[in-house]
Amino acid sequence: MNPVLELRGVTRTHGTGETAVHALRDVSLAVAPGELVAVMGPSGSGKSTLLNLAGGLDRPTAGEVCVEGASLGGLSKRQLARLRRRSVGYVFQALNLLPSLTAMENIALPLELDGSGPRASRRAAAEALDEVGLDGLGGRFPDELSGGQQQRVAIARALVGERRLVLADEPTGALDSQTGEAVLRLLRTRVDAGAAGVLVTHEARHAAWADRVLFLRDGVLVDTAGPLARPEDLLESAQ
Amino acid sequence: MSIRHGLLALLERGPMYGYQLRAAFEESTGGAWPLNIGQVYTTLNRLDRDGLVRALAESEAGQRPYEITDGGRAELTLWFATPIDRADRPRDELAIKLALALTTPGVDVRAVVQTQRTASMRMLQEYTRLKGGEQRPADLPWRLVLDAMVFRAEAEIRWLDHCEASLVRHTPIPSQARPATADEPASHDDSRDESGVRR
Repeated sequence: MNPVLELRGVTRTHGTGETAVHALRDVSLAVAPGELVAVMGPSGSGKSTLLNLAGGLDRPTAGEVCVEGASLGGLSKRQLARLRRRSVGYVFQALNLLPSLTAMENIALPLELDGSGPRASRRAAAEALDEVGLDGLGGRFPDELSGGQQQRVAIARALVGERRLVLADEPTGALDSQTGEAVLRLLRTRVDAGAAGVLVTHEARHAAWADRVLFLRDGVLVDTAGPLARPEDLLESAQ
Repeated sequence: MSIRHGLLALLERGPMYGYQLRAAFEESTGGAWPLNIGQVYTTLNRLDRDGLVRALAESEAGQRPYEITDGGRAELTLWFATPIDRADRPRDELAIKLALALTTPGVDVRAVVQTQRTASMRMLQEYTRLKGGEQRPADLPWRLVLDAMVFRAEAEIRWLDHCEASLVRHTPIPSQARPATADEPASHDDSRDESGVRR
């Protein structure tokens, strides 16, 4: 199956010369439909850079990022914006819900920006709300919802429409463990239904919901899906 | 794992015989700690000897049910009320292994950490897959057991992350500390510094 997201030899360097910081070094990664990939790593390991590149919010210094087969580097600003609205859904730790819009309006907004009529947008938003277990609360404003409910709205917004790629950056944020688990179940369900997902987290308990867990260390990916190291690999003297 | 107290807790529901106790124990804990029937009967005999359970008349099918006594009930109450003392847990092989890896020449400690973390992560994914399905109220006891394993695996992975971060700042022990081998006899001149202290 063709991957929804593909990173080929991606390097991202901030700054130049001696002060250059290599956020990512030659990272390659493919995420197929129905696959959830978790990326773990300490702060500053390049997790968020990877997510920003995957969503076209940042451009690589070298290498290529493809979403649904289209190389992001070859797209105009306008095409890129369209792809971001239509194909990519984001769930951030900071929820970025617009406080002056209701839950329903927050979810319908990206569809309307993309040219869907108000009625069709609201219908899709209502379905998305239903899916995250918030049917009936669409008329509430963000500050009338609990933290967990707000996070569900943010997820519904990320998943509404035909999003094929879901990018989540610490989506369980400050939620308690029960609510956090509900959010991950939701993400898992959507990915099982055919989306591709990338989940950035520093909590192993959350990463464990993924099919594959990648460790990012100093900008380099270590894939756990590969075979375990052989005993002789662990002894320097045997090499 | 206290089978003794586990059986007392099950008998508090009502009299049961050995096979029933084994099935009920495994059902409560999701089969995480399988019991063999020999362990069940040995434990019942000891509980009987200590006056914590009482054997009832054998059924027509030849099964002998046991019931909890007042003494057993008091023991059970005390168990629930007393925190578990972690000091008597078995030695932690992983912690010992890492400590020794650090001081044994020729071992790539970071690779040892990474290999363990990958294995622990896979275990954690396995537990999470077991949790993934439908959530029925009747499964709560077993889900709590599963969560205990999830949180423990997570703690281990966090500790491994911490070890790795510490290793980044660690200067390896000099290779002079390598133990002597048959074809490379230890030279006193090489392995001692000027003060004569073995490094």
